[in-house]
Amino acid sequence: MMGRLPIAKMLAATVVLTVVISVIMVPINWNGEGASTAAAKIDTLLDVMIVLSAFVFSLVMVMLFYALWKFKAKPGDESDGEPIHGNTRLEVAWTVIPTIIVLFGAGYSWAVLDEIENPAQNPLTVDVFSQQFAWSFGYPGKGLAYSEGELHVPLDRQVQFKMHALDVIHSFWVPEWRIKKDNVPGITTTATVTPNKPGTYQLICTELCGFGHASMRAKVVVEPPAKFRKWVGGLKEKVPPPYLETIRQDTETDPIPVGAGGA
Amino acid sequence: MVAAIKQPGWIRGALGALLAAAFGVALVVALRDISGLPIWQTEQTGYPHVVVPLITTPLGFLAGFGAFDYWLRWAVGAPTIPDDHSQHGAKSWRDYFKFNTDHKVIGIQYIVTTFFFFFVGGLLAMLIRAELAQPGAQIVDAATFNGLFSTHAVLMIFVFVIPVFAGLANYVLPLMIGAPDMAFPRLNALSFWMLPLAGLLFIGSYLAPGGAFDAGWTGYAPLSTGAPLGQSFFNLGVQFAGASSIATALNFLVTIITMRAPGMTFWRMPLLVWANLSTSLLVVAATPFIAGAQFMVFFDRILGTQFFQFAGGGDVISYQHIFWFYSHPAVYIMMLPGFGIISEVISTHARKPIFGYRLMALALIGIVVLSYSVWAHHMFVAGMFSWLRVPMMITTLLIAVPTGIKIFSWLGTLFFGKIHTYSTAMLFSLAFIVTFTIGGISGVMLGMVPIDIHVSDTYFIVAHIHFVLFGGSVFTIFAGVYHWFPKMTGRMYDEKLGRVHFWGTVVGTWGTFIPMHWVGMDGMPRRVADYATQFGNWNLLISVFAFMLGAVQLVFLYNMIVSWKYGPRAEGNPWRANSIEWQVSSPPPIFNFDEIPRVVGGPYEFGVPGARHAIMAGEGAEVEQPEPAVAGST
Repeated sequence: MMGRLPIAKMLAATVVLTVVISVIMVPINWNGEGASTAAAKIDTLLDVMIVLSAFVFSLVMVMLFYALWKFKAKPGDESDGEPIHGNTRLEVAWTVIPTIIVLFGAGYSWAVLDEIENPAQNPLTVDVFSQQFAWSFGYPGKGLAYSEGELHVPLDRQVQFKMHALDVIHSFWVPEWRIKKDNVPGITTTATVTPNKPGTYQLICTELCGFGHASMRAKVVVEPPAKFRKWVGGLKEKVPPPYLETIRQDTETDPIPVGAGGA
Repeated sequence: MVAAIKQPGWIRGALGALLAAAFGVALVVALRDISGLPIWQTEQTGYPHVVVPLITTPLGFLAGFGAFDYWLRWAVGAPTIPDDHSQHGAKSWRDYFKFNTDHKVIGIQYIVTTFFFFFVGGLLAMLIRAELAQPGAQIVDAATFNGLFSTHAVLMIFVFVIPVFAGLANYVLPLMIGAPDMAFPRLNALSFWMLPLAGLLFIGSYLAPGGAFDAGWTGYAPLSTGAPLGQSFFNLGVQFAGASSIATALNFLVTIITMRAPGMTFWRMPLLVWANLSTSLLVVAATPFIAGAQFMVFFDRILGTQFFQFAGGGDVISYQHIFWFYSHPAVYIMMLPGFGIISEVISTHARKPIFGYRLMALALIGIVVLSYSVWAHHMFVAGMFSWLRVPMMITTLLIAVPTGIKIFSWLGTLFFGKIHTYSTAMLFSLAFIVTFTIGGISGVMLGMVPIDIHVSDTYFIVAHIHFVLFGGSVFTIFAGVYHWFPKMTGRMYDEKLGRVHFWGTVVGTWGTFIPMHWVGMDGMPRRVADYATQFGNWNLLISVFAFMLGAVQLVFLYNMIVSWKYGPRAEGNPWRANSIEWQVSSPPPIFNFDEIPRVVGGPYEFGVPGARHAIMAGEGAEVEQPEPAVAGST
């Protein structure tokens, strides 16, 4: 049965189509500008997946359109097709090969996940407070300096965001950092980012939180450490007491970060 | 008048609803008075004098309408009125508005009702796209917008996609397995009548103070527990839709397991039957979880329980775990019956046995098992304990394997066939393979934690769910409706209009949902009434395609209505299919079969000389019965 099909030609067409799709799609910067150490790793993972997906998509398209072209019934042909019920080798192949592909994808993703969440020595900890419909931030030292609606972080230093929601669930997303984490009432959630590109970005709430959800934004500034220290030093306000209470009573989701070996 | 009140029907139903509503209000007033509370309580999460009648009124209507008559008589020991089946079949359109226990009537009731909600939900989608056509506020304010997308999703999921499959299977499945009806016809009728009640509760929430429920179809706590009254309409509507689903699934399970015609072994069942068996296994075990989750939210709102209030010792994230423990299997509840439809249509129109029949059935079971172990992939950024992410990522990616098996087996079925593309059902099936492959690919990407962290809760998700639910489920629904339209109505639909609908739908789907992937990855979050101006042009394009996609559905509506009334008469078997439902007249006789058919072979034995699937009454004697090779043997 298989011998009667132009397998080599179909495979060639699949490869050509895969290459064409990949050449068009891989150079496009789908996720927009990247501004953290995680961004490049996630974008590379995406590119690898685009190539693998292009292969699977091309294979399906080539098979589908070849079959439609080759085996379309002539007008008036009322006969049946060939009574082929299956082919064990082929069925095993299209069970095993996709399994290998997805397990490769899982392993690769796992590796990337471990890398981007790997805790660095001496990270800067910043507290994030979210409420309908505003963001505010607390900085260590000097009895917790407080900034409303504007987040500054130093360049090239890992930041551990400790997040607290005061009413409903919100979600912390800076697209250029490729990092997102929900802020949940009652628990402290953590996100790890190492910004590596100075600039001004936007912090976007991505968990539906009420009528002001679409406008729940904050300004993010990544700047050289000296400038950052100066900015923090200039903050007049301290984190208000109810917010400190939140920090105290929220429980950590992950007391021991995965991969940290209980350090 | 007195006779009308005694007879089950609309008058007694209205009376029952009225009495039950009065009872509900009286109960609240009495209990609050006894407890020394103020009689009327109008906190936004409260309104007990509204929400208690929301529970009692639908039940009162059902009782008055006759849904419980037989059971109640039996339970109290009164002489039961034996069904004389005089109400079987529908002689005029009026018969579809009665409590009817005929599976074919119920099937049509289901399909028409669910398509009504499809068009209402579609209209809401048009409003959503009108608002999003440009940045800034267009036609509604942000709070109303939240209500629009919440009700759109809820109508489409709970009272369109899930039940329309139950409707199609209700009509077709008993015929397919050679059964005279479903196992529990009265339960079947009750299942149907709970559905419009659920839909009315969802739509009725627009009348509530504070507007329709607006916490998304996911209704995450604590946004939902503190939301205005409309949220209670959602909590309760889900109970009716869920009870309807569970009862139907039980009915399918018992029907499939016990009522197959002699000779129809499990390995001779058409794949649509396998698909509904798998779906029903998911529904009976998973649906109670969403019912429970919504009750817990409801109790937090009304009774002051603290399930999801961290200040009272509750756990916020546990809502998401319980919700997704249902709602991930639910995406397969919305997909597996469609897989069954595609198998029937492709095999018939390619004139070929299904390639790898047994592996196709086993893939369905594989999806059922795996689908219970992937729920937390909706929660990779939710702040749950992080160790669960990697195992859930692996199971999520593995579920692509049985799904891939199905895609490749359909393609294998096409090879060496005689492919006919004159039927709109076949066109939708072929297009489904393409769109679903794309939806599957974006699903695999979403399953990968690092990619998901970035695109979670963005328009990439909106693109993905619409590719699998519209390009996936809804395409299979169209395929199913076109395929069995001649069987159900006894008339042929117009293939020319079918093609207009098909091409319009395909172009509209791609034009609407493909660009959503891009804007999502580039930074546009979902569920926003307003967005950054950089996405303006893309959103305008998306809206234009969406309006076209919406408009072309009117062609479908016109085709269905006019063809049902005036279409040319259909033969019993216009597609020359093998399965049993095509061996009877169109529409089938009132009791399906004079004599139960005997099944002697697989359902897809196209091209096998002398092979038969079933021997119908009156033709057994003269037909020789070669025992054909078991379907799927390799």
